[in-house]
Amino acid sequence: MSENLIEVRGLTKKYGDFLAVDGIDFIVQKSESFGLLGPNGAGKSTTMRIIAATSQRTSGEVSVLGKDPEIQGPQIRAHLGVVPQQDNLDTQLTVTENLYIYGRYFGLSKKFINSKISDLLEFAQLEEKRDTKVEALSGGMKRRLTIARSLVSEPDILILDEPTTGLDPQARHILWDRLFRLKEDGITLLLTTHYMDEAEQLCDRLIVMDKGRIMAEGNPAALIKKYSTKEVLEVRFGSNRNAVMAPAMRELCERIEVLPDRILLYTENAETVLENIVAAGHHPNTSLVRRTSLEDVFLRLTGRSLIE
Amino acid sequence: MLLSAAVAIAERRSGKPGDHYYAGRSRAVVERSYIAFKSSTWFVILSGFVEPVLYLLSFGYGVGQFIGNIDSGTGKMVSYAAFIAPGLLATSAMNGAIYDSTWNVFFKMHESRLYHGMLATSLGPLDVALGEMAWALLRGLVYAMGFMIVVAPLGLIPSWWGILAIPAAVLIAFGFAAFGMAVTSYFTTFQQMGLINIALLPIFLFSGAFYPLTVFPGWTQALIKALPLWHAIELIRGLTLGAIDMRLFGHVLYFLVMIAGGLFFTTRRLNALFMR
Repeated sequence: MSENLIEVRGLTKKYGDFLAVDGIDFIVQKSESFGLLGPNGAGKSTTMRIIAATSQRTSGEVSVLGKDPEIQGPQIRAHLGVVPQQDNLDTQLTVTENLYIYGRYFGLSKKFINSKISDLLEFAQLEEKRDTKVEALSGGMKRRLTIARSLVSEPDILILDEPTTGLDPQARHILWDRLFRLKEDGITLLLTTHYMDEAEQLCDRLIVMDKGRIMAEGNPAALIKKYSTKEVLEVRFGSNRNAVMAPAMRELCERIEVLPDRILLYTENAETVLENIVAAGHHPNTSLVRRTSLEDVFLRLTGRSLIE
Repeated sequence: MLLSAAVAIAERRSGKPGDHYYAGRSRAVVERSYIAFKSSTWFVILSGFVEPVLYLLSFGYGVGQFIGNIDSGTGKMVSYAAFIAPGLLATSAMNGAIYDSTWNVFFKMHESRLYHGMLATSLGPLDVALGEMAWALLRGLVYAMGFMIVVAPLGLIPSWWGILAIPAAVLIAFGFAAFGMAVTSYFTTFQQMGLINIALLPIFLFSGAFYPLTVFPGWTQALIKALPLWHAIELIRGLTLGAIDMRLFGHVLYFLVMIAGGLFFTTRRLNALFMR
């Protein structure tokens, strides 16, 4: 039987006059990997902080493991592992000391923590850096350490805010692999991201957020199916000719999106559309056939692309 | 669901008053400071200890030769060095506490984001405030004890009541740490932080460490008597010179209020900064 670890109903958060979160509802079940997808400023991080009991909501109801984060902050935080968007490792301490003292903040015994440290170092692939000061680590290493640190208290829910933002592709793949292992171990993951590929890789289910509201909810494949076609053809005619070519493209395809640098044609069969374009005497500078992704879902839902 | 150790520990305080702000674990915050301290530079610590000793040698024995004995304020005549030693002791307790509770706290708050990390765990803001103040007051205590070890053999602590100057120094350091951290938590720029240093020097020079307040006109005396260092110096001087009277309780009370106020405002501010 599934168990609801997080329940959010009618949640709003105002900063002065600014409505950061505008009445959202969602449920996260045990062992689920749940994503909040959206551009910067969509209200994802604010939502996460409210769940993590480090921010107070303006209205609505939030229940984390049956408790209200507004009333039982420390008790809820004891269940959570938090990986913030901005690293906040203890730069004055070494890698091992960071893991150790974080466990101490939770009140764990020295013996308990020390028995976990070598596993955590292995998980973070930082065994050789164990006595290195944190300042000397690369961005990817710091991120892995932050994740390892969040695991020291054996959390029920791992909360990750933009876990791979700012990392190079290789470091991102290593990190995804680590997170995938945690998912396999059955830990509940709650993550925000503005990367489509990340959401597709890691999330069983996600909500698409924009301007504090939920635009869509479902698993990545279902969302793509519901809001987009199977394939997409990207054509480029050069930056000042894309808009000019748009009407002609519209005749050849049911749904198109005109972006500053390219035109996207949504279709079940992109190759055929491309053949038709060429047959009609148009010659794009470049063309690309690809499967649709959550990026296209977002574009469909909001009329904007995710990373602007 | 099987409870993890961290959850079981957090649940122990559940339902007790203030459990949203205090997890009863400020020790962990002190432990963190200790780990960081072990790898820090020792001479920074040492300098805070050496400073009052240098003042004592220069003024107490240098200037003191021209002054001779001085009325301690109770009618008893004491050497000039014995008069200023308690003033310097109080000042070193203040400096030790202020050093850790202002600039170090400012760095942790705005640069290293250390408190963000701490408050994402099952610690509460009062744990962080208390832990940081406790570390700052430990530093004040170490400075005070170091100074005592130097001055007592020189015969500058004529009364046995002087032993109580050590716990008094802890109280004073706690008061300054609480006040320093509270003020720092409201500051957001380096320029504002600079004000602390600007304010400390005149407070040190005019709070009666080097001569009795009676040299000043009445209004200046009243102003100085409102400042914490004067109360600190009077409290410690009363103890080291054995001038015990009810006024000492007044000085203690002043610091108790300072500690309570500092804790209250720091906790409130940490909550507003990191938990909104």
